Amino acid sequence: MTDTHDLRISAIRNGTVIDHIGGGLALDVLRILGVHGIERESTVSIALHVRSGKLGWKDIVKVENMELSPRTVNAIALIAPTATISIIRDFTVREKRPVTLPETIEGIVRCPNPNCISNQGEPIESEFAVTRRHPVVLTCVYCGRAVDDFLRHLA
Amino acid sequence: MRLGKGLWVPRPSEGRMSLKGRDLIAIRDLSSDEILDLLARAREMIPCAEGTRVREPLNGRIVAMGFFEPSTRTRLSFESAVLRLGGRCITIADAMASSMRKGESLSDTVRMLTGYADAIVLRHPNEGAAQLAARVSDKPVINAGDGAGQHPTQTLLDLATIHERFGTLTGLRVVLLGDLRYGRTVHSLAYALAQFGAEIVLTSPPELRLPEELRSELERSGAKVQMEGDIRKAVREADVLYVTRIQKERFGDEGEYRKVAGSYRVDLPLLEGAKERLTILHPLPRAGEIAPEIDRTPYAAYFRQAFLGVPVRMALLDAILGGGPAAA
Ligand SMILES: Nc1ncnc2c1ncn2[C@@H]1O[C@H](COP(=O)(O)OP(=O)(O)O)[C@@H](O)[C@H]1O
Ligand SMILES: [Zn+2]
Repeated sequence: MTDTHDLRISAIRNGTVIDHIGGGLALDVLRILGVHGIERESTVSIALHVRSGKLGWKDIVKVENMELSPRTVNAIALIAPTATISIIRDFTVREKRPVTLPETIEGIVRCPNPNCISNQGEPIESEFAVTRRHPVVLTCVYCGRAVDDFLRHLA
Repeated sequence: MRLGKGLWVPRPSEGRMSLKGRDLIAIRDLSSDEILDLLARAREMIPCAEGTRVREPLNGRIVAMGFFEPSTRTRLSFESAVLRLGGRCITIADAMASSMRKGESLSDTVRMLTGYADAIVLRHPNEGAAQLAARVSDKPVINAGDGAGQHPTQTLLDLATIHERFGTLTGLRVVLLGDLRYGRTVHSLAYALAQFGAEIVLTSPPELRLPEELRSELERSGAKVQMEGDIRKAVREADVLYVTRIQKERFGDEGEYRKVAGSYRVDLPLLEGAKERLTILHPLPRAGEIAPEIDRTPYAAYFRQAFLGVPVRMALLDAILGGGPAAA
């Protein structure tokens, strides 16, 4: 259980807490969550620059009444590899796990090669193989372009 | 056909000697043994490609040629290969392709072709097009060039020409000359040669050097790679001289282009002191990189190289499609 005084933002009854986001990356996490994908009754709270033992500074995002799809979790793993995801039910942490980067990333990143077939309006999603993990390098499965600055190429 | 992660994820193919029913998207799809096996089959196909022997393992089969970009050599040699093997072609040539592109996605076109033919040969201006086609199609797809990407049958015929001359691909000193930066044929060839332990010498203008990632990849795969700025010295020590076109578009001004193109021209004086067995290759068409006077020398292998495109493609089609429907 968490000390209530540690809760910078108000406690939620049900929802998801994305914690241990590297300092300054919460806004990118929000982009991934997509404001459109979040329902009106889901209050979203963000804490930026919270002191953290492990990370120095971290960000936290809390979303009420919503659990994340595996696809969204993969996307978060990509941009915030240190994040942990906690499922809150009835004010208690029911499940808490670190995010893990999958072997392939589908649809989250756009291929930076303008001539790639994945950028021509074909009825397909972009797809990258994770060809390196520390630091992360993605490789387009279509054209072979390697991407390390994928924050600049979020779809 | 393949439902795997795609081309750029290592896909070990050891022990899978049969090419039956498989796609060919990049030269990396083939192991060294598979390449040598294809080259041996290509040698056997030469009399059939010349029309002095008849073998028709593609009898009754239809191969679709999806050419969404102008190409003469590649398309005609594929068509010739299919016809020589007793198969038939249906062809989308560029004019038709452009009208088709107006509304229809490549995915849909490929689905259609999949219904009409037993295999698809694809040339397309976008990188990754063949990989997309292979995912959409349940029939084998052969990449005949995707934009600045891959063109594996060109690499196979380059290798076939070298192998025919030397009886091996191992231990040769191969000079890659000209535009090593943008030339896709040179990238795939360098990669393949590295697998066979060739010594690779890179000779190019500074602005057209081989991309650094590729160079370090070649070194990691065990090839000896070296840069040689002195074109004469490079040529003197070469077994194979692979010449590529230097394109005007790569240079800011005409004068600079002329100067560079001029100093990378292969002519008789440049070949003084060359090894007797020196073999000169060029993917063709050439602009002015090789003087016509070279054509009459025993060094010239580029027309042979163009001819070998037919038996090499026959060997590939036979391996993928020959002898009746692929076992499931
Ligand atoms: N009811 C709640 N409402 C909002 N946030 C909560 C609630 N319970 C726990 N949290 C937050 O969820 C995250 C994981 O909780 P916990 O495992 O208890 O803490 P920690 O990861 O700091 O050890 C922490 O950021 C914590 O502040
Ligand atoms: Zn791509």
